[in-house]
Amino acid sequence: MTTKESMNPVTRHTLSVLVENAAGVLSQVSRLFSRKGYNIESLAVGTTDDPTVSRITIEVLADNMSTEQIMNQLRKLFSVYSVQELLPERSIRRELVMFKVKAETHDIRNEIIQIANIFRASIIDVSLKSLTLALIGDEDKAEAMQGLLDAFGILELVRTGMVALERGAYTIGDETKEKTEFNLGKNVL
Amino acid sequence: MLMKSPQILMECLLEQGVDTVFGYPGGTILNIYDELELHGYKNKIHHILTAHEQGASHAADGYARATGKVGVCFATSGPGATNLTTGIATAYMDSSPVVFITVNVGESLIGKDSFQEVDITGITMPITKCNYLVRRAEDLADVIREAFAIARSGRPGPVLIDILKNVTYDSADYEYLPVSEHGRHGRLAAMLRRSSHDLKTPEPDHGDIEKLLALIEEAKKPLVLVGGGVIRSKGAVPEFRKFFETLNAPVASTIMGGGACPGNHPLFTGMIGMHGSHASNIASSQCDLLIAIGCRFSDRVATHPATFAKQAKIVHIDIDRAEIDKNVQTYHHIIGDARRVLQLLNEKLPQHDYPEWKEFVFSQKEVPLKKDDILHPHEILEAISDVTDGQAIIATDVGQHQMWSAQYYHFSRPGQLITSGGFGTMGFGLGAAMGAKVGNPDQTVVLCTGDGCFRMNCHELSTVQYYNIPVIIVIFDNHTLGMVRQWQHLIYGERYSQTDLDRGPDFVKLAEAYGLHGARAANQAEFEVAFRKAVESGESWVIDCAIDKDAMVHPMVSGGAQATDFLLD
Repeated sequence: MTTKESMNPVTRHTLSVLVENAAGVLSQVSRLFSRKGYNIESLAVGTTDDPTVSRITIEVLADNMSTEQIMNQLRKLFSVYSVQELLPERSIRRELVMFKVKAETHDIRNEIIQIANIFRASIIDVSLKSLTLALIGDEDKAEAMQGLLDAFGILELVRTGMVALERGAYTIGDETKEKTEFNLGKNVL
Repeated sequence: MLMKSPQILMECLLEQGVDTVFGYPGGTILNIYDELELHGYKNKIHHILTAHEQGASHAADGYARATGKVGVCFATSGPGATNLTTGIATAYMDSSPVVFITVNVGESLIGKDSFQEVDITGITMPITKCNYLVRRAEDLADVIREAFAIARSGRPGPVLIDILKNVTYDSADYEYLPVSEHGRHGRLAAMLRRSSHDLKTPEPDHGDIEKLLALIEEAKKPLVLVGGGVIRSKGAVPEFRKFFETLNAPVASTIMGGGACPGNHPLFTGMIGMHGSHASNIASSQCDLLIAIGCRFSDRVATHPATFAKQAKIVHIDIDRAEIDKNVQTYHHIIGDARRVLQLLNEKLPQHDYPEWKEFVFSQKEVPLKKDDILHPHEILEAISDVTDGQAIIATDVGQHQMWSAQYYHFSRPGQLITSGGFGTMGFGLGAAMGAKVGNPDQTVVLCTGDGCFRMNCHELSTVQYYNIPVIIVIFDNHTLGMVRQWQHLIYGERYSQTDLDRGPDFVKLAEAYGLHGARAANQAEFEVAFRKAVESGESWVIDCAIDKDAMVHPMVSGGAQATDFLLD
């Protein structure tokens, strides 16, 4: 690290990582963040159109240089096929948040349903004592809704973690010079 | 053909041309060891039983470093596997290709804290290029082929294969496949399809090469810095020598680069960094172009990264893209195998000369060598060099004797210096020296060690004796942990906390107890006599050299200090 901390501020980075869908890969990936002392803010994993390949979306608060280094080390792993940083201005990010809210009277349930409609959240479960809502959005939207629901008493809240894609027709698989450079190190003959 | 897993394992090792394995048996790996006897594989694969798994791991590493082949090491589960970890990390830090094979408890016992069970793939994740847990006999051949390919390719490094014990009872179909075919089958083929367009080694970017050639044309004061990458890249050393001789500029080396540039070459400025020469360190701070090949600017080289080569455009040539801009910020980089990059540079590089710059660099004062009636470290190394004509393989442990060996012995070929540069593993030397000797039976192998390091793993003397692996062990015996003492002397107000080693054993008697020869030396003449006798005998010797407790490694730059801020001249 040659740059001073102030010149290299800690910001949120969204990384998208294509990996082999196999046991142990997730811990290989997450290890690189803990080694640098960064707590992963959000993590979402799932298979892609190819069932042998998973896509991990990681959000982390880190400085630019450390992020670059972690990305470089990720690219070295044999189980990692591709790594891309998704810049906020050029990507779309969404997560699904489920809220279980205390709702013991008819009036309260109605009020919560109205709020849900405004946020385009859906009601996915209802009981005489509670309502469960599912909301899709970025953290601003989820936070706004959480602020409103707090008044009713949130019993439980769960997030899927952010998933993100680059805008437009670009994909994570596109060849770049950098990608070729990393593949040189991985070549095995 | 249907075969039991242990036989598939042996056949796969033979496919790779493996003829030597270092290891230690145990409960879970019994079936593998039984195979050595059952079908007589012990006649094709020479198994060397060490005194401790750590010794086996260092021996496989030393074998790999000294031969350029992939080293192989066996161990059992649990403590057998964890005893390998220091050796795995040592190999990882110095990019040494070793395949470690362990057998874990069976599927029905795994995850139950069973006897001698440990999650060794989890433990070794940060210290291997890649590791595997084999759960099915059908996967075994494929995994072994992939493991060897990964260990030796790109930036080499250790790979661990952990096999479940039940797999070693099972059978699977095995067909012989020559190594040249491995890339067209199974997992390896899938991996190659993903990572590149064809099966040939990808070419470095020619535009990047042109850019470096243009930078060389502009430069007035270029410096070449060579690291272990040039040693690891097969066939790179002749290209490297052609390169720096055509460039005709000073060449500094990291400890891992030892042997790339002959130690007595007129362009060689010596080691760089914390214990680097004045010429190397001053040249690095004055040069206007630093061409670094196969090195990673570790904290022992770039003691102060922000000011390292601060007047220079740094050009970094490496096979590992993740090394670029990791420790120091570079101006330009070329990704590729050192041999190929240097070959492309050599095709176009015209003859240069920098007489004034060279005169400046080579006029830097050097450390005066003491000569009196006590034994000085440089005298030991001079004598070793004289008697062996500078051709001996030198293995070292870690500390003062390691620095002295790197400074005073003139290495002239790759694989001649076997040392734990990155991980700094005390106790590495004896195992590594054994491995180097097994791989190079016709060459003289000398272990330079300290009394502290040697005591750590001296039980491997039994292996040296049993298998008759002649290694000459030269102990730089100062009755202290010399390097730590040096720091205590210079930085900690001479408070020598826990570094005095005024204790046994008597190393000569120890050697004799193991059935080897021992000798003592207290001055250069005595040492030379003892060493010559040892070389001529062709047997293993331990030569205990009494050196001054307060002898220090000169020069020295503290960690975090600028390259030219010498704490010791």
